[in-house]
Amino acid sequence: MRKYYEFIVESLIFISGIASILFVLLIFIFLLKEGLMLFKDLGVFDFLLGTHWYPISEPPRLGILSLILGSLWVTAGATVISVPLGIACAIYIGEIAPGWLKEILKAGVELLAAIPSIVLGFIGLVTLVPLVKKLFGISTGLTAFSGSLMLAFMAMPTIVSIMEDALNTVPKSYREGSIAMGATQWQTIRRIVLPSASSGIIAAIMLGIGRVIGETMAVMMITGNAAIIPHSFFQPVRTMTATIAAEMGETVQGSQHYSALFAIGIVLFTITFMINLTADLSLHGKKAR
Amino acid sequence: MRRVIYFLHFFLLLFLLFQFQAFAKETNSIQIKGSDTMVNLGQAWAESFMEQNPNALIAVTGGGSGTGITALINGSCDIAQSSRDMSPKEYKLAKSKNLDVKEMTVGIDAIAMVVNPDNPVEELTLDQLSDIFTGKITNWKEVSGKDEAILVLSRERNSGTHVYVLEDVVRKGKKEGPEEFAASVLMMPSSQALEQEVSSSKAAIGYFGLGYLTSKVKALRVLNPNTNTYVAPSVETATNETYPLSRPLHFYLPRQPEGIVKQFVDFVFSDKGQLIVLETNFVPLKKEQVQVQPKS
Repeated sequence: MRKYYEFIVESLIFISGIASILFVLLIFIFLLKEGLMLFKDLGVFDFLLGTHWYPISEPPRLGILSLILGSLWVTAGATVISVPLGIACAIYIGEIAPGWLKEILKAGVELLAAIPSIVLGFIGLVTLVPLVKKLFGISTGLTAFSGSLMLAFMAMPTIVSIMEDALNTVPKSYREGSIAMGATQWQTIRRIVLPSASSGIIAAIMLGIGRVIGETMAVMMITGNAAIIPHSFFQPVRTMTATIAAEMGETVQGSQHYSALFAIGIVLFTITFMINLTADLSLHGKKAR
Repeated sequence: MRRVIYFLHFFLLLFLLFQFQAFAKETNSIQIKGSDTMVNLGQAWAESFMEQNPNALIAVTGGGSGTGITALINGSCDIAQSSRDMSPKEYKLAKSKNLDVKEMTVGIDAIAMVVNPDNPVEELTLDQLSDIFTGKITNWKEVSGKDEAILVLSRERNSGTHVYVLEDVVRKGKKEGPEEFAASVLMMPSSQALEQEVSSSKAAIGYFGLGYLTSKVKALRVLNPNTNTYVAPSVETATNETYPLSRPLHFYLPRQPEGIVKQFVDFVFSDKGQLIVLETNFVPLKKEQVQVQPKS
């Protein structure tokens, strides 16, 4: 009986273990199956580099260059804001803050991670958007900049907590050695701790970027969603994620518009896959050394 | 071993729960999905109906007319609310799933063209509106306003209101016409978000159903081409058809209604149901009911 029981538990655990890989594979196959149909009558480059997105017209015009650029602008902005802040925050929590403050700050960062993105989006819509409009004297606050600022808040917790873990893995003896050589605390952090945790820091940044580029609700609410090629941060942009979310409900299954949305999904998947791969490689690169 | 037995019990319980749910669904629950414009209206009907019939369970959700019709075709709702006509494509798809779709007009909506209250512009023609949305007119001074770039707002493409404005304003009634919303037009995910933006931006113009009109925005008068007069959107002008931008609101049902669904539909067409239409700032079907004044 016990052997029988053991076998069941073992196989259950095995199935759970490979389930995630299986799901990713199935999702990818499904994306490919639905998305690649589009390229039967539309060239890949017409799709990727086309500048007009009019999916519900007859005939539809399906060029997603403005959407890709929209996503990239918002992501780049969020990265520029959240990375320095996140790194500084992690250094303070991991290296400088006294024990009790450290716990409070860590709890705070985790709480920030737990706020649903739609709540952040809503808060952004009623507080940040009018503020951005007033501050910069532009006709609308629904811009790439507002989106970047809001998404930076969402990427921060990811960056801080993963980077803090990375700092923790630096052996204490490194720091003690450095201080013993007469280095100040700042010199120790800059020359000893940060370089030895560098791969973890890169992974933290990459995962933060991955979070930002896949974010949907908040950007849909505050970036204005105009499908134009952006020339500045203070312009409305339309991201790939918001496009899928806003239009999926309307499409007829199997139509060109439907496959086009899945094809956008493939583009997004490819981008996030590459980001995660970079993060993974930099983490494993360290272990190999 | 005991654990396994617990597990089995647990699954049995879950199974029973599901059975119970399925049972409940069959008898007295109605799933209503579709037009965001009609969500508040559907909710008001549902609440009033459930007061009279405490056993009934009605869930009303939005997502856009297209979302509702898609759900109807996929069999995941009992009534689809739609602020646009079902397309021939969608009828064909429904037929392929053996659905005999019934269309019912349950009320009328007027689309208000709204600007910021500080904007001196009071009235526009349909041609001017079309030019603004297609990006031919980009400054308010071209329509006798201030010298200020126009910030054009629209609803997202999953909205029935978007499709209506695209066909009847941007393309001036030619459904397949070549005109498009300019690429620089901002697509707002909800009527509330659009209202919020118009109320805070002096240069903005946008549109939504009469039901969303508040004192924080100003509705423009639109030229009626037949009478050559400018008409403000209201329940009266939509009912007597002098306001040029009004449209029917539909229910789509997958088959002839029966049981609880039929009761609900009958309620919607009753005097009380049509009074609710008026109270939520839409236009009821029967003209004599306009005499009844709304509560608020």
